[in-house]
Amino acid sequence: MTKVLMKGNEALGAAAIKAGCKYFFGYPITPQSELPEFMARELPKIGGVFLQAESEIAAINMVYGAAGAGERVLTSSSSLGIALKQEGISYIAGAELPCVIINISRGGPGLGNIQPSQSDYFMVTRGGGNGDYRHPAYAPATVQEAVDLTMEAFNVADYYRTPVIIQGDGMLGQMMEPVEFNEPKKRDLPPKDWATKGTGGKREPNIVTSLLLATQDLEDHNWKLDRKYKEIEKNEVMYEMYRMEDAEIVLVAYGTTSRIVKNAIETLREEGIKAGLIRPITIWPYPSKAFDEIPDSAKAILTVEMSTGQMLDDVKIANEGRLPVYFYGRTGGMVPTPDAVIAKAKEILGGVE
Amino acid sequence: MLNDKRIRVIIGHYGSGKTEFSINYAINLAKSGQKVALADLDIANPYFRSREKSEFLESHGILVLSSYIKGSGIDLPSISADILGPLQNEDYDLIMDIGGDSAGARVLGRYNEYLVPGKYDMFCVVNANRPETQTEAGVIYHIEAIEKASGVKVTGLINNTHLLKHTVVEDVLRGLSLCKKVSNTLNIPIKYTCAIENVAKRLPDDMEGQIISIRMIMREDWM
Repeated sequence: MTKVLMKGNEALGAAAIKAGCKYFFGYPITPQSELPEFMARELPKIGGVFLQAESEIAAINMVYGAAGAGERVLTSSSSLGIALKQEGISYIAGAELPCVIINISRGGPGLGNIQPSQSDYFMVTRGGGNGDYRHPAYAPATVQEAVDLTMEAFNVADYYRTPVIIQGDGMLGQMMEPVEFNEPKKRDLPPKDWATKGTGGKREPNIVTSLLLATQDLEDHNWKLDRKYKEIEKNEVMYEMYRMEDAEIVLVAYGTTSRIVKNAIETLREEGIKAGLIRPITIWPYPSKAFDEIPDSAKAILTVEMSTGQMLDDVKIANEGRLPVYFYGRTGGMVPTPDAVIAKAKEILGGVE
Repeated sequence: MLNDKRIRVIIGHYGSGKTEFSINYAINLAKSGQKVALADLDIANPYFRSREKSEFLESHGILVLSSYIKGSGIDLPSISADILGPLQNEDYDLIMDIGGDSAGARVLGRYNEYLVPGKYDMFCVVNANRPETQTEAGVIYHIEAIEKASGVKVTGLINNTHLLKHTVVEDVLRGLSLCKKVSNTLNIPIKYTCAIENVAKRLPDDMEGQIISIRMIMREDWM
């Protein structure tokens, strides 16, 4: 298939439709509004439904309903809108239903601004809602990867019966890049025999709920969910090791920031400084095992984020105290420059030696 | 470029490269000694607007006008009254960089009294690698929608068919053949063909429309 030039947000919508998504419920918010706009135009053409809800909370509960009926369904928003959806996401996780949620992040806290940010890391990797639950969160770095991971996300959601987050930022959503649409890897998906779409008088009614009043039932349910999350941790971790073979300084960055860091690494290498990158593609489950593959040549770790340091916690957990961990971040919609990353790396190596 | 009308309005489907074209065109015009103003009238897009490069453009002697609210962290569709200055002052060559699609072009209604036939050019930027403008019907759909929303007629086509740094000569030629079809149907001339420098220098000389070598100014080096 030939490549076309698409904006991140519209490519995400196109990928969802290619993956068989026929339902979208959402509420517009910059910098992701091109995505609902795309779905509003395209879904009616394929017999699907686009519905602009009265709020993000209404939208995620419509997603809950569509997912309960066994349909492939998407919602999207940005940061504060995703914060509003957390209650519904917790219900969906509790009821074990598949859906995909796209977060194109902007500056926070609160209303913040409309510029790119990575300060929703805690919200999407720790679970912003109540209860013992997790959900996979993918962090694409390019529009092509966003397309591929969105298509994969629908399969992962169906396979594990879980909400799945695509975590981008405003830069990825607004950026134009060449893309092509390829089939995701095949998975044997179980039949949706749990869906509430009518018994036809042939079976007992299916029940979709997150309400389990008996303590033992709820504990059993929680341990069942926990086993599922452990299974996801075992099977679904994705990461990239970039120029790590002889690295003296290990940079860790995801999404947009990883591209800036790669650019910085090229310059550092040209100047004789051996730098490498661990790029988490899933931010939950976190690719802790990548840190076991760090070569002996490494002297320090530098985490770069568009936040005041959120993934930093996971880096420290995965590092298990082996190397000194440093941080460089910009916030508020400020995007780190390759030069600033280079300067920080040099400062660290100067201090380490 | 010097033969174009004093007021140039740049429109097109969103993501076609209007802003990169506008900026490159403005710089070329300023280099030829003209007094140039660039009006960023993009009320549709929150990112990658020409106002972000104000400092750089001002270093080329270009007057940049946009919102009266400074700062990029806001998406209010506000436009500065200063734009009337170069619209009225005939010492200026004015480039109006308009937001994408008919939604973005609506802003032109405000300036209708200045956009009278013979006094302006309105160029439609076409990228045949955008999904919606891969066909003649797709391009014409957007031209007609924009003309209807703005009340202004397109006077020229710009073939800006590219895939960023992955662009090859074939992309540009495919875009040109699409523009020729649109040109014949609507009787609008092809004014320019754009390409990044290493592609532009490999294009045939006898192409319809002047070749403009594009430097990607809006796109950061790391992208």
